[in-house]
Amino acid sequence: MNRRRASALDPLLTLLTWIGTLIMFLPIAWMILTSFKTEEDAVSYPPKLFFTPTLDHYRRIFENDFVSFATVSVLVTVVSTLIVILLAVPAAFALTVRPVPKWRDILFFFISTKMMPIAAGIVPIYLVARTFDLLNTSAVLIIVYTSMNLPLAIWMIRSFMVEIPRDVFDAVAVDGAGRVREMVQIIVPLIKPGLASTALLCAIFSWNEFFLAVNLTTTVSTLPVFLQKFLSFGKLYTAQVAAVATLINIPVVVAGWLAQKSLTRGLTFGAVK
Amino acid sequence: MTSVTHSRGPQTTRARAGFTKGWWDRLPLLPALVFVLLVTQLPFVITLYYSLQRWNLVSTNPPRFVWFRNFVNAASDVTFLKAVANTGIMTLSIVVASVVVGGLLAAGLNRDFRGRTIARTLAITPFFIMPVAAALFWKTGVYDPTFGILGWITDEMGIGRINWISQYPKLTIIIITTWQWSAFALLILLAGMQSFPTEVAEAAEVDGANRFYTFRRLMLPHLRPFIELTALLVAMYVLENFAAIAILTNGGPAYATTNLSYYVYLEAFSAFDLGRASAFGMISLALAMALTIPMLRVVSGIFKEGGRA
Repeated sequence: MNRRRASALDPLLTLLTWIGTLIMFLPIAWMILTSFKTEEDAVSYPPKLFFTPTLDHYRRIFENDFVSFATVSVLVTVVSTLIVILLAVPAAFALTVRPVPKWRDILFFFISTKMMPIAAGIVPIYLVARTFDLLNTSAVLIIVYTSMNLPLAIWMIRSFMVEIPRDVFDAVAVDGAGRVREMVQIIVPLIKPGLASTALLCAIFSWNEFFLAVNLTTTVSTLPVFLQKFLSFGKLYTAQVAAVATLINIPVVVAGWLAQKSLTRGLTFGAVK
Repeated sequence: MTSVTHSRGPQTTRARAGFTKGWWDRLPLLPALVFVLLVTQLPFVITLYYSLQRWNLVSTNPPRFVWFRNFVNAASDVTFLKAVANTGIMTLSIVVASVVVGGLLAAGLNRDFRGRTIARTLAITPFFIMPVAAALFWKTGVYDPTFGILGWITDEMGIGRINWISQYPKLTIIIITTWQWSAFALLILLAGMQSFPTEVAEAAEVDGANRFYTFRRLMLPHLRPFIELTALLVAMYVLENFAAIAILTNGGPAYATTNLSYYVYLEAFSAFDLGRASAFGMISLALAMALTIPMLRVVSGIFKEGGRA
């Protein structure tokens, strides 16, 4: 009785779920569609669903300084993510495998730094960067993005290390010299997939970051700052904006889809698996 | 120290060995800890110092120590109070809406149907979209009264073409941010629902409990920590909402969408009043801590267990 009533309701629920899902995806689909329109078609009324597609906007992306911004984006994302992983693995090790005293307080210190609005620190960060001649460089973004992602990475990597069975550690020597070997040769291979998804998540956050990029850099900057410049053109370049936006979101969306499995764990600081 | 070493030789050697070992244990942690302290915590201390000064880059006067005058002035700054209210309204609405929308989608996706994986993948995609790109496209492609898809839909529905951004500025910020963060809520809440023990659901079904009852009496209590965690994390990130505001409204019209982060940005990089900007920064830091630390305490159980299955 109960089962029959449930199955009668099921198609309706499935339909509603699909509608909800499609509403979520609609703006993205609309953006991709717009990127293949001519500028006239993009701002036609009523909006055109059928049109002659054009690749013009994708060709035109590379005409201005897109490439230099994209290069900075890739550089900043890759380098900061590498540093994050290199610093986070030993830190997570010291908080999990061979825990230091008060390791729990230190962990909570790391998470609490993520709760402090970066706007509260932007003035000194700007002035210090200016003093060291780091404004408008990739270096300053690498530094701030590394510190931005480190707490998240430590929590996430720690959650993977916690899952390694104890007897793996009992099997290896515990003397000082063996510790580096223990970390590099035994633990790292065991958590490789976890490291990969940690890196992907950090890369997504660096790639998309805007506040620090726009305040610390102008011409040597990342893609969000490049995109912001389209703002002054208004509606003239709707399709062009759609093409740039589509292109620069492809790596992130693909990364997100690939990391889907352990994404939840990363986004919740390892609290939800 | 040396004399002590003389009298109690072996013990001190052991103590020193323990000391060295302690630091050897801490060594792997230090680079990360020092890095985070220097780049994220030291600036707050410096901001505190700046906030006590009258310091405007535009004026020719050198920085002058004025104690708490910047903070006192903040209390009578109408725009600042508005920014505090805006931050509260927008953050609260976005957190609630994201949990509700994400939760409903998660409930729908936590069922067996064809194409479920595809639906899930599509539904979480908004979270990955670069906020600047999203805001820029929504501005013309979705919200624009003449060219936007939303303007067209409302026109077809007979409501007419609404200029969303100028008529409902806060709502446009809330909608676009909720769009991105409900995808995030969906991810966490779905994980929570999937960890619900199936035996319990089956047992309830055998007992004749209907689906609604099972959901309300068994699933919701189980989901509670997940909902709290989602709310905490969304609040944490949305308090600093910046890209959507900078691109869609520039904080306007008439500061209607200026939140604290955006006001600090305006004071520092448009008005060049570093003293005031620093004071506002300190206040937003205090407010953020006051809001998130109690929430962190609520959910810290989840973290302490070292993760939930």
